[in-house]
Amino acid sequence: MTRRTIIPIGPYHALQEEPEFFKLHVEGETVVGLDIELGYNHRGIEKLSESKTFEETVFLVERICGICSTSHPIACVQAAEDAGAVPVPERALFIRSMVGELERIHSHLLWLGLAGHFLGFNTLWMWAWRFREDVLNVLELITGNRNHYAMMKPGGVRRDILDTDLPTILDLLKGLDQPLQTFRDAVLEDPLVHARTKGVGVLSKELAVAYGALGPTARASGYDIDVRRDHPHAAYDKVEWDVVCTKNGDVFDKAVVRILEMFESVRIIAQCAEQLKTVRGPVDSNPQRIAAGDGIGHYEAPRGEVFHYVRSDGGNRPLRHKVRAPSFMNVPTNRETVPGGSVADATIVLAAVDPCYCCTERMAVALDSPTGERLWGAQELIRMSREKTFRLMDESGWRGPAPPEEMKM
Amino acid sequence: MKAEDTVNRIRGALGPHLAGFEQKSEHRVYLRVAPETVTEVSELMFEEIGARLQIMTGIDTGEGIEVLYHWALDDEDCVVTVFTVVDRDAPELESIASFCPAAEWIEREIWELLGVEFIGHPDLRHLLLSDDWPEGNYPLRKDCRRRVSSDRADERAAVAADAPPTGGIQP
Repeated sequence: MTRRTIIPIGPYHALQEEPEFFKLHVEGETVVGLDIELGYNHRGIEKLSESKTFEETVFLVERICGICSTSHPIACVQAAEDAGAVPVPERALFIRSMVGELERIHSHLLWLGLAGHFLGFNTLWMWAWRFREDVLNVLELITGNRNHYAMMKPGGVRRDILDTDLPTILDLLKGLDQPLQTFRDAVLEDPLVHARTKGVGVLSKELAVAYGALGPTARASGYDIDVRRDHPHAAYDKVEWDVVCTKNGDVFDKAVVRILEMFESVRIIAQCAEQLKTVRGPVDSNPQRIAAGDGIGHYEAPRGEVFHYVRSDGGNRPLRHKVRAPSFMNVPTNRETVPGGSVADATIVLAAVDPCYCCTERMAVALDSPTGERLWGAQELIRMSREKTFRLMDESGWRGPAPPEEMKM
Repeated sequence: MKAEDTVNRIRGALGPHLAGFEQKSEHRVYLRVAPETVTEVSELMFEEIGARLQIMTGIDTGEGIEVLYHWALDDEDCVVTVFTVVDRDAPELESIASFCPAAEWIEREIWELLGVEFIGHPDLRHLLLSDDWPEGNYPLRKDCRRRVSSDRADERAAVAADAPPTGGIQP
């Protein structure tokens, strides 16, 4: 009879520098079950928001997450605008989309680097983060901040994008073209990445629908949803772009969706920059109050739809402010994708939904071992994952693609 | 208008169950139903209409606990919110997690933060709060005050001194 062992991943997590507790039930090398426990980072933001004015809630939700730090504000101000039927000037819509897409590129590059890191491709990690830095520099230029941009407000945006900054933004897009192609080739053509990720952690379309999966996690399974297209907002109905959707639902497809989405983001930003040259006018309708009523706002964050609901009684504070981050829907899909796979694959499968715990929890390595079983921590799981890659590397003789001339330093 | 057709279909299917209807805009519809019909309505939305459960929201209105089910019609650019109001003293609703796994976590969250009992939930336990959170203390209720679970008097005194004053205008 096979013995069943529990491998705790977390609460300090193997994959991200955020606390969440995954209990892997393991028989031999095979994962047979998964428990997810959260609540290690609960900050009570929904309650706190009830004590803030509508303008202040934007700053609050911006701090839910450092990576989607403009997705939550966009959804939040749209909820307030929906409740009070607040108009938004056209120029502000283009700026919203532009900042949102810059954020998407930096978030996807961050994920790509981490995924490479967990697979043992530290070169990919370093290069992805090196080009992410360029995106952050541009965000700093146009918003004043690398991460918490503080750009959104009910009725528009807080600051305009200067005409003199547009050339820098276009230069960034030009400079990103070559590296993005290299990243695409590094993933699409590398036989080792195929071996590690194809057919691993498959989420079927039926399960994606049942769990209400969102964003790249849903689109990789052929569940073709994207609120930027399905529920047009900001400037997404004023520019041309495509929703990237694949059908296999494995880790490989999730990576492909994210990488191809960065090309779409580049397209969107370029068109927004072009439009900003001609669409003039104010960037803020400066609403004095939010009328009583219910409001719903949603935005396609890099990880999927962010959902905000506010109820206003006509005062200056929300009566209730509900926040739902995409990871809240995506993380439970791990219960379907992790069991059945091997322990070495668990890290990359868990990472494939690009989980964001502080978002999920708006909401410890005190590992308990009553049985005296060997505890497997973060480092060991990452080490096992890397060993598998290196073993495959030795077997196949493949050493990865050569970097292009521009990327050699 | 496709969204209008779907909304009319939902209204038709609900028939006498429909207790209130508000079309706030082209993209936002609010339907009120009785608490005992939420399962039926959710089945209609999820399985027949094919709507996506975005999330549920619980609100303490003072008179009752309002539970809102936000359903997205992604093909029709519309969010249909089905809501119901349950008794504040003994709030309970049937769980929809058995056929809609997307609701599993949020029902746990509403249960622990607002005290709504979800009957038939497969695994109703704490999601965000710690396992030893005092029973009957629901943080998202409007009358929730800070309380301590510890017996230690000094800790209780410290918390009491720190508690916000009740009533009056607070900046």
